[in-house]
Amino acid sequence: MNREDFPMFKQDIIYLDNGATTFKPSVVIDKIVDYYSNYSANAHRGDYSISYKVDVEYENARRKIAKFINANLDEVVFTSGATESINIIVDGFFDNLVEPGDEIILSKSEHASNVLPWFRLANKKGARIVYAPLDTHLHITLEGIKSVITPKTKIISLAEITNVVGDLRPIKEICELAHANDIFVVVDGAQSVPHKKTDVKISDVDFLVFSGHKMCGPTGIGVLYGKKELLESVNPLILGGGMNESFDSEQEIFLKELPQRLEAGTPNIAGAIGFGAAIDYLEKIGMDYIAIYEQKLKAYLVERLMQLEHITIINEESDSGIVAFNVEDIFSQDVAYYLNKYNVCVRAGNHCAKILKSITGVKNTIRVSLYFYNTYEEIDSLIELLTDKDKIIKEMI
Amino acid sequence: MNPELKREIMIDNYSNPFHKETKDEEDYIKENGNNVSCIDDVNLYVKIEEDIIVDAYFDGEACAISTSSTSIMLKNIIGKNITQVKNYITNFQNMIYEKDYDKNILGDAIVYDEIYKQESRKTCATLPYTAILKIIDKK
Ligand SMILES: Cc1ncc(COP(=O)(O)O)c(C=O)c1O
Repeated sequence: MNREDFPMFKQDIIYLDNGATTFKPSVVIDKIVDYYSNYSANAHRGDYSISYKVDVEYENARRKIAKFINANLDEVVFTSGATESINIIVDGFFDNLVEPGDEIILSKSEHASNVLPWFRLANKKGARIVYAPLDTHLHITLEGIKSVITPKTKIISLAEITNVVGDLRPIKEICELAHANDIFVVVDGAQSVPHKKTDVKISDVDFLVFSGHKMCGPTGIGVLYGKKELLESVNPLILGGGMNESFDSEQEIFLKELPQRLEAGTPNIAGAIGFGAAIDYLEKIGMDYIAIYEQKLKAYLVERLMQLEHITIINEESDSGIVAFNVEDIFSQDVAYYLNKYNVCVRAGNHCAKILKSITGVKNTIRVSLYFYNTYEEIDSLIELLTDKDKIIKEMI
Repeated sequence: MNPELKREIMIDNYSNPFHKETKDEEDYIKENGNNVSCIDDVNLYVKIEEDIIVDAYFDGEACAISTSSTSIMLKNIIGKNITQVKNYITNFQNMIYEKDYDKNILGDAIVYDEIYKQESRKTCATLPYTAILKIIDKK
């Protein structure tokens, strides 16, 4: 499905590591080449036509992304990715708000990017990190969140879909609950925005972060979405060109409006424009279609894996295209090496969720993460390679 | 050595590793072996008396290459003095990095003589050697 759109598929390769990053369709690659080949000027310098075209294309990309998540134009800030976006709001917004004794709710299955910035803030401010309980399937429930909210809770920061367990969190309901208690909600959309329809007005999240490269876009570009009134109070951490209106020798600085205020320096122009093309591409396929297809493909993968006695699935109840498993008695990385000999790309490891092992007791897993371009035939090939445990042992080194 | 036999030795040292145990002993110097590109995580414990490595063991979780390489290394170094061990390590590293080396002192570690063909697994094979060198340096 859509495979002819991706130059990477000219290789004989089965790519099952879409949680790490995704392949890029030709329309995205061409768009980037077009910028560098035909109007390679800087942004915000519209005195000549090619620079004017840069501004038009750059802002067009922003418009596409805003529409894609149903945000307003000035609520979409370009960053280098989900990681930078979280750091910007932790250090530029919550740093001003958090006081000693405040509580920040996270979960033990968060990606490092949604953990470490909060650790630093908590350490600096004397705030407390509280982990929302995970149920027997390692999922977060609304009741679980309720059970850890106290009068001191200030922030809830969660991935909408986690990158190991792949569970989908009830973000809209969490926001309702949180806002009724004057709590801010930050959502890490790195694994959800690429795979399902996102609507920030319906979910009512305060902040949402995601990366272009996990959704057919280029690396080095991502988004920070924030409600306008909140973004207005974000202290720009990086100062320089492009974000100031004027300054004088008396050291007075006047900043630009949002979102430019938070985009200092020459931006990743090619990245943003390429990201815009990726959005067009995904819209054409349809986010609802993508979500349904991945669900079906995942169900098929789980069903086939369950037939293999030597395989244990960690998250058969996952709501996304992410399946984590282990082959009995074989170290996950050896399985990945073995599969690589047959041009099958899977990830082995702890997937940046290093505190999850304290709950599961399982430190490392093999992770398959699907995207809409994966096929049933690819699953069949994977299963065939995993069927004979002795073959794996024989060929893993 | 034929590839089949090499593989067998590696698998054997992976499935039944030498001195892989979890215990808490005094008088052992501990060093962790891991590398950025992979998830291997091995702790090496070495007891040195005078100039001699009198005992060593390891624990942790690692891939077949790292685990077997650690097992084989421990077999080769126990009972040797520091000079001999250093010489052994140098020869092993020379083999991995495709320089001249003396086969005769490597024992079973010779099974990794073609690992250079798999760039990403070189660090697995050398993982315990990097750790033991740190221990020797500490001494
Ligand atoms: C859940 C989750 N959050 C955040 C990130 C970080 O994304 P990036 O590295 O693009 O900033 C990832 C990427 O692996 C992720 O899976």
